[in-house]
Amino acid sequence: MYLPQTKKDIINQLQKSILLMQGFTPPVSAAADSVGLGAIEAAFPNGVFPRGAIHEFLSAAPEQAAANGGFISGILNTLMQQGGACLWISMSRTLFPPSLKIFGVEPDRLIFVDLKREKDVLWAMEEALKCNGLAAVIGELSEISFTQTRRLQLAAEQSRVTGFVLRSNPKKLSATACVARWNISSLPSELEEGMPGVGFPRWTVELLKVRNGNPGSWGIEWSDGGFRSIRSQPKVALLKRERLKVG
Amino acid sequence: MSKRFVAIWFRHLLTDWLALRRPDLRNLPFVIAIKDHGRLLITATNNLAETEGIYPGMLAADAKALVPSLEIIDDIPGKGNKLLKGIGEWCIRYTPIIIMDPSDGLILDISGCAHLWGGEHAYLQEIISRLKGNGYDVRAAIADTIGTAWAVARFGKINPIIGFNQQAEALLSLPPAALRLESSVLERLQKLGLKTISSFMTMPRSVLRRRFGEGILLRLDQALGNEDEFYTSLLPVKPYEERLPSLEPIRTAVGIEIAVQKLLEMLCKRLQQEGKGIRTAVFKGYRIDGKVVQMAIGTNLASHNIQHLYKLFELKISTLEPALGIELFTLEASKVEDIPPHQEALWTGKPGLEDGSLAELLDRLAGKVGAETIHRYLPDEHYWPERSIKTSCSIKDKPSIRWRTDKPRPVQLLAQPEKIDVTAPIPDYPPMLFRYKEKVHHVKKADGPERIEREWWLDAGQHRDYYHVEDQNGQRYWLFRSGHYNEDGANEWFIHGFFA
Repeated sequence: MYLPQTKKDIINQLQKSILLMQGFTPPVSAAADSVGLGAIEAAFPNGVFPRGAIHEFLSAAPEQAAANGGFISGILNTLMQQGGACLWISMSRTLFPPSLKIFGVEPDRLIFVDLKREKDVLWAMEEALKCNGLAAVIGELSEISFTQTRRLQLAAEQSRVTGFVLRSNPKKLSATACVARWNISSLPSELEEGMPGVGFPRWTVELLKVRNGNPGSWGIEWSDGGFRSIRSQPKVALLKRERLKVG
Repeated sequence: MSKRFVAIWFRHLLTDWLALRRPDLRNLPFVIAIKDHGRLLITATNNLAETEGIYPGMLAADAKALVPSLEIIDDIPGKGNKLLKGIGEWCIRYTPIIIMDPSDGLILDISGCAHLWGGEHAYLQEIISRLKGNGYDVRAAIADTIGTAWAVARFGKINPIIGFNQQAEALLSLPPAALRLESSVLERLQKLGLKTISSFMTMPRSVLRRRFGEGILLRLDQALGNEDEFYTSLLPVKPYEERLPSLEPIRTAVGIEIAVQKLLEMLCKRLQQEGKGIRTAVFKGYRIDGKVVQMAIGTNLASHNIQHLYKLFELKISTLEPALGIELFTLEASKVEDIPPHQEALWTGKPGLEDGSLAELLDRLAGKVGAETIHRYLPDEHYWPERSIKTSCSIKDKPSIRWRTDKPRPVQLLAQPEKIDVTAPIPDYPPMLFRYKEKVHHVKKADGPERIEREWWLDAGQHRDYYHVEDQNGQRYWLFRSGHYNEDGANEWFIHGFFA
């Protein structure tokens, strides 16, 4: 017999079974599956960064590509902790591997595949996502359709490999089957008062779309080998004229 | 099954070859001679010279006395063996095992080959007519043993094909020289009036041994087939090769797929037993029109997994052109390596670079898009940013030095630094603003300079002073000034990268 339940309980129950059907298995323990993103992880269903899924990043300018590179390496740091390797597939790669060491990624555990055609990139990504010996697969593409993301997403769900798609031409933002759409943009770094030079990298992390989650915007900084969330400040305040400081 | 051999004797190997090269010599008596203790010793003669009574071993001066118009040509050392080897390799079409018989002959092991040409008679006819057509004067014979075939090819008068176990009959009427004996033994036989093999073949063995030594018994036994003769083939048999002849020429992709599958099964079964795996393999198809089509694969880690290797070949099957059909398939593992025994339990859950599934994935990628598209980098001992990494050739390579983190390096590095316009206030100060791609960036924060000296022993040019700057939007760049600050304002500034 049913025990008397409140409406909220029933809705929670139903939501959980919908998530299960969509391939989100409830985590064994939230702490073990954390990727160190702090508050941002709460935006995802079950409060866990979804692995074994495709994440989409907007990457219009080289500055944004650099920000994406830093942010993704920060996540890879956790994903690769079990000793996995990672595949980076692209057509015109400008990523500079030694820089990723700062974000805790061993650059020699990244394997780069440089292809000439978009079709090959998609094929290689799908093949790579089927291979459960990898920690993550990153693909740089200009355009991707719903069907293509669906294929990648299904492959990733099977093998539990996390996929990242960097879209360099986000003018036509078609719907995709990715679990999340990220937009990372640089924020001016902050140093202690009076200190010269450039500080730790900071970004505004925007989750434009999250499947079954809550989109939002956060400020985040990479320091001491981990993500630190920063209080969002009004942009005007950050743009106030500062004196040129030289180290 | 009893063995069968063909012995081919080139009667005038060198002179025939020379006549082919120099048609003007064709109708002249000529000899090839070598300098020996201040005299010219004849080593080879042509047919015309031979009819005049000139033999190898004569002195050139004596021969000249017989035939005043005799041409004497200098010997090229080692040419005979080289020529013989070339012809031997050509003979691979008749049998896979070819034995060099130094100076003037070839031995072919034809066990189980002759029926493909419609019997031994047609087979021998084919070989002789092809060689004669190429301009070589040859004699050949078939017998059960190398010794008898050799003897009949050189001294036989009646039938060049000696039936099974009829060596004794064939040898009876031949002179002792047909037994490949040393010249001193031959001389002694001659002195004793033993002019044919029949005259001493039936003598007791102990008598022969006492008078002529062990050699004569061994040669006799080898010719009669009582003793095995050992030989080395001209083209060594490949250790890991499988052959698959097809009943009818194969022309479809499905047929080739089946051939690949079957050959892999044969080869991998053997490799598995020996604990080895394929690193590179070549699949060849011999077409009816005489051409060979092939496809090669390579793996990152040695493998004897049939499904995986088949997938690698499958990607390339479309590149094979069967034309009128392929009649023979071979699969050769050109490079094999030991596979350490696999420990399933330890590997699961701890994937890494040496993970089997990753290696298989890379093989598939390399097979489809080419191995040159896959890169992995290791740190190199250079400060110059472009040279601070080197590509690693093997997935097993470990970095020999640590990755540096003491100096900031941009996440995105431009392959070529791009020129920018800047406004820089004073020497060694970062720019106040710079223009890149028609956009003006006001520099708000900056670090630097970090001077990186050019490695003069590798290339020439100016050093670079790098600045890590942040603009009004919080975007971070890596800029540098090429060379020292210039008073007259003609400084060259470049953008080289983007920080995260």
